[in-house]
Amino acid sequence: MNLLIQNGRVIDPSQGLDEELDLLVENGLVREMGRGLTAPAGVEIVDAAGCCVVPGLVDMHVHLREPGLEYKEDIESGSRAAVAGGFTSIACMPNTKPVIDNKALARYVIARGREAGLCNVFPVGCLTAGSKGERLAEMGELKEAGCVAVSDDGRPVVNAELMRRALEYARGMQIPVISHAEDLSLVGEGVMNEGFTSTELGLKGIPRVAEDIAIARDVMLAEYTNSPIHIAHVSTSGAVRIIRNAKLRGVRVTCETAPHYFTLTDDAVRGYNTNAKMNPPLREADDVAAIRAGLSDGTIDVIATDHAPHHLDEKDVEFNVAANGIIGLETSLPLSLALVEQGVLTMSQLVERMSCCPSLILGLERGTLAKGAVADITLIDPTLPWVVEADKLASKSTNTPWMGQEMKGAAVATIVAGRVVYRR
Amino acid sequence: MANFKHKDIIALQDLTKQEIELLLSTAESMREINNRDIKKVPTLRGKTIVNLFYESSTRTRTSFELAAKRLSADTVNISPSTSSATKGETLADTALNLLAMKPDIIVMRHSVSGSHYFLSKKLPCSIVNAGDGVHEHPSQGLLDMLTMKDRFGRLDGLKVAIVGDISHSRVARSNIQGLTKLGSQVFLAGPPTMMPPGVERLGNVTVCDSLREAIQDADVVMMLRIQQERQGKTLMPNAREYARYFGLNPENLKLAKPDAMVMHPGPINRGVEMASSVVDGDQSWILKQVENGVAVRMSMLYHVCEGELE
Ligand SMILES: [Zn+2]
Repeated sequence: MNLLIQNGRVIDPSQGLDEELDLLVENGLVREMGRGLTAPAGVEIVDAAGCCVVPGLVDMHVHLREPGLEYKEDIESGSRAAVAGGFTSIACMPNTKPVIDNKALARYVIARGREAGLCNVFPVGCLTAGSKGERLAEMGELKEAGCVAVSDDGRPVVNAELMRRALEYARGMQIPVISHAEDLSLVGEGVMNEGFTSTELGLKGIPRVAEDIAIARDVMLAEYTNSPIHIAHVSTSGAVRIIRNAKLRGVRVTCETAPHYFTLTDDAVRGYNTNAKMNPPLREADDVAAIRAGLSDGTIDVIATDHAPHHLDEKDVEFNVAANGIIGLETSLPLSLALVEQGVLTMSQLVERMSCCPSLILGLERGTLAKGAVADITLIDPTLPWVVEADKLASKSTNTPWMGQEMKGAAVATIVAGRVVYRR
Repeated sequence: MANFKHKDIIALQDLTKQEIELLLSTAESMREINNRDIKKVPTLRGKTIVNLFYESSTRTRTSFELAAKRLSADTVNISPSTSSATKGETLADTALNLLAMKPDIIVMRHSVSGSHYFLSKKLPCSIVNAGDGVHEHPSQGLLDMLTMKDRFGRLDGLKVAIVGDISHSRVARSNIQGLTKLGSQVFLAGPPTMMPPGVERLGNVTVCDSLREAIQDADVVMMLRIQQERQGKTLMPNAREYARYFGLNPENLKLAKPDAMVMHPGPINRGVEMASSVVDGDQSWILKQVENGVAVRMSMLYHVCEGELE
């Protein structure tokens, strides 16, 4: 299927583009871009008037729960949620059951992604065998099988020596390392951010330094070993400061945050709301401000979702025992568009954080609309109003703090390799 | 009697000054019943009250049970094993099972903060909090306030020092919420390892650097229980050092007002939080606290049922 996307505002930071252009897609590739293109015979015309036409969004941090925990989500339902959210590529974390620490499982995930046939599903493999933090995973084979990064996401690598070796080894294999940074001795039995709200609610707090210290360690190890590192789900002002300083020194560090960390504070936990329980936890107003500043000045490279589906039975319990995490694929775009409206990001910077940068970090040949590139394209209506409703979400799970709330902006069409896989 | 609008009593934080005053004045009139020959009134006859205690506490449970019986309610005691309670599903399932018994009030103690709100949303009956995690213990807060009111005739303008592990104390949180609403000034002391962040924003409280500073000219000195098995790990070196710097003894008690009252929610570690001579001394109101517990709990049970009574 060939497409001519007309009258849209094409925003492609990889080419420094932000202007009204037509875009011709042929055989799954971007063929041509220009003004007043005429459609060759048999080409479907897509009217993108009033919409932004951007390189397909890439979410480098999702949990698809397959294999093993399909009652929460599976690769197909997660893919459906992804394309509904405007994502053409997603990278899924290996903390499934069993964990993805060998090439057979990595290939299984890729095959299931292809069967679903919606977005590109790129597996992230384990950083250590079994994600146990004891010895290195087979990173070479994982990469060969199609893994785009390695990570023990869900838990930190406690042993600093092992983290050092993991960074060195991964550098040799040319596969990026994603760090889930937290100091477990400081986390203790904490279930929310440590601060006034945890004091008032009588819930055990997780201090911000639990994240800051672990990030500082990992950044120093990356610096010492001259290896790249990507820090997942940054949530504190201290973390932003540490990463900003490290970048100034030339450390090869990149990082991501998630929409909840620039939108909500730990006030959302009030009422013991388990849909505001996540790890790292929602922080405080000055952290939110720092995250926004970090996004704005480029310290934070990526907006990822940390899409973490959980069954109602795992959230409809007392706060202490509730599962950590919220779904995010379908709310990420409108929450991020709010940053554009509020002047934190330009539209072009938003596309960098949500498409170009994650592609670059994972080494995907995505995140660009350059001539000859794979035609992964998202059409965004930045003003479209819609309401988050459980029965309209594509994800199997509904654990979101925004249930019932109005969102502004959505993907109206998601195109993967020239094929329209989602239309709103 | 004036109206009390809440289905549940989970936290003094949720109550207004007027509602707390109402609970206290009702408790004062309930006390009269406790001094009769026949300590029973028909007020809650036909009502079923379930005491659901996930954490054992003979004293609080007995006090609630006595309160219910003196109001002629039928009571059932349930103590699910704490091991099964660590699974989250248990409370929701237990709630549904309890519903079949058609209780009017569930009095619950649970180790998870906020679990009472969770139960309250699931059940139509009243929930009365007998202690939730480290969140609140409203009946203890009320009985402490009643005891202070007995002594001073008022709560407004009192200087109250609360000393010990504030972080892990639901008693402290309920007292802070209640006392500051009724006009007392609250001063806190304890090692910084036991002082939760932002606590000064809970009502209007002052965090002091030392026990001496907190109890200086205090009208009330309230000592909190130290659970050595918990705090021993990282929060303090040992009980001996704790006693030396944060324990109440006859010498440092002299810093408080000469007629200051000394309180403790019990059970007491003698020689740790307080010297025995202070526990048993003439400034101690500890036994009076226990006595007031029944009256306060009668008041709480009465008021959550009130809507149906009138
Ligand atoms: Zn993580």
